[in-house]
Amino acid sequence: MRLIAPLTARLPPALRTPRAGTALAFAAALALPFIGRNGAFTNFLADAGAFVLLALGLNIVVGFAGLLDLGYAAFFAIGSYSYAMLASPQFGIHLPFWVLLFVASAIAAIFGILLGAPTLRLRGDYLAIVTLGFGEIVPQTFLNLSQWTGGPNGIGSLDQPVLFGYRFGFNPLPYYLMVLGLIALAAWLANNLRTSRLGRAWMAIREDELAAAHMGINTTSTKLAAFAMGASFSGLAGCALASKLQLVSPDQFMFNVSVFVLAMLVLGGMGNIPGVIVGSLILSALERFILPQTTNFMHNVGLNVDLTNSRFLIYGVILVTMMLFRPEGLIPSRQRKAELHAGQADRRAAAAEGELLTEVIH
Amino acid sequence: MALLTMEGVTQRFGGLTAVDALDFTIEAGSIVAMIGPNGAGKSTAFNLITGIYTPSAGRIAFAGTDITGWATSRIAALGIARTFQNIRLFGFMSAIDNVLTGEHARLHANLVDSLLHTPRQRAEEGAARERALAMLAFVGLEDAVESYARNLAYGVQRRLEIGRALASEPKLLLLDEPAAGMNPSEKRDLVALIRKIRDRGITVFLIEHDMALVMEISERITVLDHGEKIAEGDPAQVRSDPKVIEAYLGSPA
Repeated sequence: MRLIAPLTARLPPALRTPRAGTALAFAAALALPFIGRNGAFTNFLADAGAFVLLALGLNIVVGFAGLLDLGYAAFFAIGSYSYAMLASPQFGIHLPFWVLLFVASAIAAIFGILLGAPTLRLRGDYLAIVTLGFGEIVPQTFLNLSQWTGGPNGIGSLDQPVLFGYRFGFNPLPYYLMVLGLIALAAWLANNLRTSRLGRAWMAIREDELAAAHMGINTTSTKLAAFAMGASFSGLAGCALASKLQLVSPDQFMFNVSVFVLAMLVLGGMGNIPGVIVGSLILSALERFILPQTTNFMHNVGLNVDLTNSRFLIYGVILVTMMLFRPEGLIPSRQRKAELHAGQADRRAAAAEGELLTEVIH
Repeated sequence: MALLTMEGVTQRFGGLTAVDALDFTIEAGSIVAMIGPNGAGKSTAFNLITGIYTPSAGRIAFAGTDITGWATSRIAALGIARTFQNIRLFGFMSAIDNVLTGEHARLHANLVDSLLHTPRQRAEEGAARERALAMLAFVGLEDAVESYARNLAYGVQRRLEIGRALASEPKLLLLDEPAAGMNPSEKRDLVALIRKIRDRGITVFLIEHDMALVMEISERITVLDHGEKIAEGDPAQVRSDPKVIEAYLGSPA
């Protein structure tokens, strides 16, 4: 933010509002695929967009409500398989894509509630461990129910979306535009939630669950609402990506996907919608462009290093570096920033008073 | 009319009986205090009323409704608000967001309203914000509307916590050691604030160690020791009760 502040300061006041920033970013995103007219780039944008949707959904669960979910890919899987089963030759069912967008996100939300109900009594580390378990169980289930899911081969030949008689086909551009629309919708909804009665209740639970209950907040149903909303966003993402790839298989939804999306939040700024979008784009770009291109470049100059194979090492280094130097993420919310620097301020104050600090303030 | 009734309420933690067969009534519109040495079971009594604990035995009724075993959030929504001995504000939420969270049970926006910011939701939020600003003014925080609760001075945090509790429009307000850590001038303001709260028609029930403050504002005082009620009455009666003197000073050798 500090870097772009001098640039934005020159703009007329009307263009400095968050609304103008959003409109500008959206216009830029809309123009992006038409600038290069590069199919591979548009293809990347469409895939990255699905991950932006996932990150926006997980942000509701982890960023807003403070529930550490390590199995978020499970809902992505459920959304994807919902589309796959209801729009493919698998069962001969061919429901329209636009209907299935709602159906898939509703099914994902229902599973969010089903998986959330028994686990949300747990807190912190315990919740993380149980969600980790669910994240493993769901793709395993899809793998093993092979009579319905096609087992390890997954389900192929999924229907392509059709809009007013226009078939999306194999051109990534319409998929990108559709995902962009979904992102705009998801970001708007997430922002509405943040500044509402429900969003305040999530924040209150994140801060102090017992005090929140004393405000009349039903903590169980409020946490379930976070799980359901987060899951429904991943249902949208699953539907969008499955229709584009025209294939779903269990290996798309393994644990590393959950961690990848969580890393997007940490990198971008948990709890802050623009931050989450930026974090997600950076990691997707790293995965699809930056690492392969750098590897190519290294091969060309005679260095035989394959960065794509060590990408998890590189993500790890990025995350550790972030935690050390900018734990609140690249574009944090005001709240998160204050929170993560409060500990430092306390430590400084304690040091100034010459006190021995014996407890860790987080 | 009795607003809150506890009948034979007992709370055991393993072998320890923290509250033992407590019979207790609070009249509507009064200021009532509960005193007793440390570990007498006062905070446990609060936690029983607000549903943090379900009593091992006995019955709790509020405004004619049996609330024994109810969830905390349901009890809060019915009209019992509280503050905590160790302040439990939402530290990284602004003062006004703390108060707005206090209004949670009085607002009706459902999931769809929250998602879409329907006209109904916007009207409700606008009115809620007005009320929250008025509440912040009532507890003297009109200059700290957007400050994080955590960054406020200690005495101010205590007042914000009271404001947050009042925002739920309770019939009964429980204050757990509201004067703890306050200086004499802050205590005077607190006494005035508690009276103002009672004048709004809210019944106040407090736990407090500051005897001067308790004697000054309470209409009735209940004394607990080792989980049992040992005395009850107006301040003059309680002050001269030999059992109370014994509990506080020890029995004469």
